[in-house]
Amino acid sequence: MNLQRIIPVLLVDQGRLVKTVRFSGNTYVGDPINAVRIYNEKFADEIIVLDIGAAKRGTKPDERLIERLASECFMPLCYGGGISSYDDASRLFGLGVEKIMLNSALRTGCIRKIADSFGSQSIAYSLDVRRRTDGSIRAFGRSGTVDLGAALDCAREAVYQGAGEMVLHMIDREGTFAGYDLDAIRDIAAAIPVPLVACGGARSLEDFSQALGAGASAVAAGSLFVFIGRLRAVLISYPTEKERERVWS
Amino acid sequence: MIGIINYGLGNIGSIVNMLDYLYLDSRVIDGPGESVDIDRYILPGVGSFDRGMQGLSTSRLDEFLKSEVILRGKPLLGICLGMQLLTEGSEEGTLPGLGWVPASTVRLQPRGTEKIPHMGWRAVSVIRENRIMSTDDHSRFYFVHGYGVMCKNEEDVVATVDYAQGFCACFEHKNIFGVQFHPEKSHRFGLSLLRRYGTMVI
Repeated sequence: MNLQRIIPVLLVDQGRLVKTVRFSGNTYVGDPINAVRIYNEKFADEIIVLDIGAAKRGTKPDERLIERLASECFMPLCYGGGISSYDDASRLFGLGVEKIMLNSALRTGCIRKIADSFGSQSIAYSLDVRRRTDGSIRAFGRSGTVDLGAALDCAREAVYQGAGEMVLHMIDREGTFAGYDLDAIRDIAAAIPVPLVACGGARSLEDFSQALGAGASAVAAGSLFVFIGRLRAVLISYPTEKERERVWS
Repeated sequence: MIGIINYGLGNIGSIVNMLDYLYLDSRVIDGPGESVDIDRYILPGVGSFDRGMQGLSTSRLDEFLKSEVILRGKPLLGICLGMQLLTEGSEEGTLPGLGWVPASTVRLQPRGTEKIPHMGWRAVSVIRENRIMSTDDHSRFYFVHGYGVMCKNEEDVVATVDYAQGFCACFEHKNIFGVQFHPEKSHRFGLSLLRRYGTMVI
């Protein structure tokens, strides 16, 4: 049986758990430590925590918060936001973070150095993409504000520099419950030798199955695991073992 | 008391936290020193092989561990890179390994569409009775690695994984154990393994 990961994505801004739509409009949804404890009890495969405040403002990672999160996590923790140097990365691994997610660091040249010390498997690259009206896919940096070029080129460059995993973050779909961009998953997964994690737009477990069928090695979701119902009431959830077996089959 | 070897590359925080959660006493060991209170060790590891060996030799923890584990016979559990460092050497680096377990560390060769580094949860096959892994449940564990261990003695292999060319997920050689996966990140399955290791009668 394949055991592809189903990963909740927690967005943090100034220590608060928030949720966005298309990378903007922060809605407060609770306390990140509490959310991690709930995912612990639900035996989540892995957790991604993104400090979107640090990413946007270019401030350093909140080490006190990350250390607390790591100490609560009995599952792999992938942290992203505000990591711009080898020293940042080194400190985070020391705090108990399993994996770091980089984005703007593609331009600083630190990915190679981090990969040499800690291994490619500890580096995920957040490939934040938008689809243009002509169908082409562009990659962005700094929370979707800086155009980094064609998504495929950017993905290959990140792998070349040492990224061991590609999180395909579809900005246009983030928080919209519109489903994943399966064509984008197919194209990019086929072009890179590292695992691809689909993220942005998931509305159901069927979407997970489809993304895995399109070539994703794992699936991630934010809103789906945080909100319930049309009115988006906050309720942290995660698929049961039975539901996950349906996704995997 | 479990001694957790800290040679500058290991992911110490999460292991300490999981042992705390299990009410197992532990102490982080940064260099050679007093060790009468410690009855078993954990050698963690995240990073590349040569850096790991360098970290052990510059901190002189390699000599320390040798006297504790080889001379005094205290149990040692290597985790991920920590397991690989116990072998004779790795295709990832040029430095010799500790060589306390007759095994070598090789680059994973993907079959078909398999991705390297191998990352994610996987079921393991426990092939014999042993002191740290249950043989009767459907355990799965979290892996993140690009290299794998091949044991020279079949009888040392406790569990295997069907990925790439197939490799050793867990070995037990005398008082030395190694696991390729991360128990500290494998929630209920990892808790069970560390509880067994921390409470096994020596």
